[in-house]
Amino acid sequence: MLDWIGTIIQGVLLGGLYALFAAGLSLIFGIMRLVNLAHGDLIVLAAFAILALASWFGIDPWLATLLAMPAMFAVGFGLQQLLLNRTLGRDLLPPLLVTFGLSIIIQNGLLEAFTADSRRLRLGAIETASIQLGGNLAIGVMPLLTLGSAIAVILLLNLLFYRTALGRAFRATSDDLEIAQLMGIDHHRIYAIAMAIAMLVATVAALYLGAGANFDPTIGPARLIYAFEAVIIGGLGSLWGTLAGGIVIGVAQTVGAKINPEWQILAGHLAFLAVVLLRPRGLFPRAED
Amino acid sequence: MAELRSSPPAEPPRYRIETGTRASTMLALGGIAVVAMLAVLPAFAGRGLIQDLIFVFYMLALAQCWNLLAGYAGLVSVGQQAFVGLGGYLLFALTIGAGIDPLAALVLSGLITAVLAVPTALVVFRLRGPYFAIGSWVVAEVYRLVFAQFKQLGGGTGTSLPPSATGGIFGIEWVKTAFELRSPAARDIITYWIALVLAAGAPLMVYLVLRSRYGLALFAIRDSEATAESAGVDSFRTKLGVYVLVAAATAMIGALIYLQKARISPDAAFSVLDWSAYVIFIVVIGGVGTIEGPIVGVIVFYALQRYLADFGTWYLILLGALAIATMLFAPRGIWGYVAQRYNIALFPVRRRLLRP
Repeated sequence: MLDWIGTIIQGVLLGGLYALFAAGLSLIFGIMRLVNLAHGDLIVLAAFAILALASWFGIDPWLATLLAMPAMFAVGFGLQQLLLNRTLGRDLLPPLLVTFGLSIIIQNGLLEAFTADSRRLRLGAIETASIQLGGNLAIGVMPLLTLGSAIAVILLLNLLFYRTALGRAFRATSDDLEIAQLMGIDHHRIYAIAMAIAMLVATVAALYLGAGANFDPTIGPARLIYAFEAVIIGGLGSLWGTLAGGIVIGVAQTVGAKINPEWQILAGHLAFLAVVLLRPRGLFPRAED
Repeated sequence: MAELRSSPPAEPPRYRIETGTRASTMLALGGIAVVAMLAVLPAFAGRGLIQDLIFVFYMLALAQCWNLLAGYAGLVSVGQQAFVGLGGYLLFALTIGAGIDPLAALVLSGLITAVLAVPTALVVFRLRGPYFAIGSWVVAEVYRLVFAQFKQLGGGTGTSLPPSATGGIFGIEWVKTAFELRSPAARDIITYWIALVLAAGAPLMVYLVLRSRYGLALFAIRDSEATAESAGVDSFRTKLGVYVLVAAATAMIGALIYLQKARISPDAAFSVLDWSAYVIFIVVIGGVGTIEGPIVGVIVFYALQRYLADFGTWYLILLGALAIATMLFAPRGIWGYVAQRYNIALFPVRRRLLRP
């Protein structure tokens, strides 16, 4: 019994990591319905940026993450203004193909620059630290920090969304683009800011991705699919829903792995399909699609 | 009042509906000639060229299938690798496990996949637009992970097709004596002919579907689903029909691909890059929503791969850049641009109203 509780706790913590991957995706999907196939690769790009900054300046990854954030903010803003804004419309194919093109450019660019070697962000003693919960239960500090960061990020994004003028503009463009434009909102600029913020979140995700496991330039797409599942389970435009979606995938995976180690990934996908069969619009949709 | 005679009812102008064009008649004749020439090619060509053409043929057939699904039925899927892998694995299971002739197994793979495509459709059809795209990808992953569980088929590492399973493929003895070849080369020629049939059959299938009542319903749904439904089109059944047809055809192509490769593994057979991304690339570069587009696209893709693949990562970066440039500057693809500029239609599927 106790080890089942342990399994579920591990699943919830893993869900925090998936929610962190998914939060940026959820933001841009909610605001502009953009299916960004390059999101996973952009997280990996941020992880390499942290790695490079940490080794150039000889600083620890926490500080390097802070330095990487403005750079990724600029990448997101530029990408949206110069490229992605020109693909948005009723048709699904242009953004799909353009972000797929971006995905292979980033992957292969990183392969050229950093080779295919596995890397890791070293955080020191905290990596292996754990908290005893009594019995045989112990939880790692890093997974706990990951979930805590996911909750903090979503809390901040929600404050931005519901308490600021910028957030009002986000919601307005998401709900009704034409009326928002009539009210004088420059939707292209709003989209660029949204993508820039999504890249800030991606940089935080990159820190935990790189510290939690080895990474190399090609791992983006495999992580992307969990992020998409979390977004869809959560429902369009709901960031807390995305967190719930991440936790559903995380718990399904650890429970599946407990029954049979080979079923870990499969169990996550089946949980996703079960949710969309019952609720095709997700658990907590905020916006109409 | 007498002068207000009713004039004799005017003869209604005789409208005619025409679909063919002069270019299309010429193309039909030219197409038959090209296919006939390609059919006798193995008598002259070396084994390298035959193998290259097999690749071109199956990529073209896959592109035609995806184009019917996404370009005409509006079902933008990134999960067609599910059916490529299913076809490949079914071929292996039927030939190794049941000892069926590979040619019969190929057709059977298509039929079994058609049956499996129905419950798959019931799941993914719950989702729309971008959700459908992601959902179809997840379903393909589920198929990949399930096939990795079958220990008889090699589990996660995959398995090979023993020469004994394909050595007796239908017609091989005839090819061996007619061309004076050994078994591997003779098997390539048979595979080549099957690939040619699929590559010529796929555009024909798309053309016939679009010229039928089904095609008219598809156009109506694509332009406005609500209006089409109110005019009596059963949108769900129409899309389901196309989805199942495309799944069966894709599975037969997948069976052919792995008959030629003679080695299968879950990661390769259900690869999103090889069987979805590159296929989408071919269709979009050539021109989505046209039958000519995938033909143009596959030629561009093959040329790029033939001459630039040695550059490794730079080749892939170029491919990505080309995909982005096409979407920004010629969103209807190469053929879309040409057709609009010069007003040609080689596979005319639009009905035109002609006044005498």
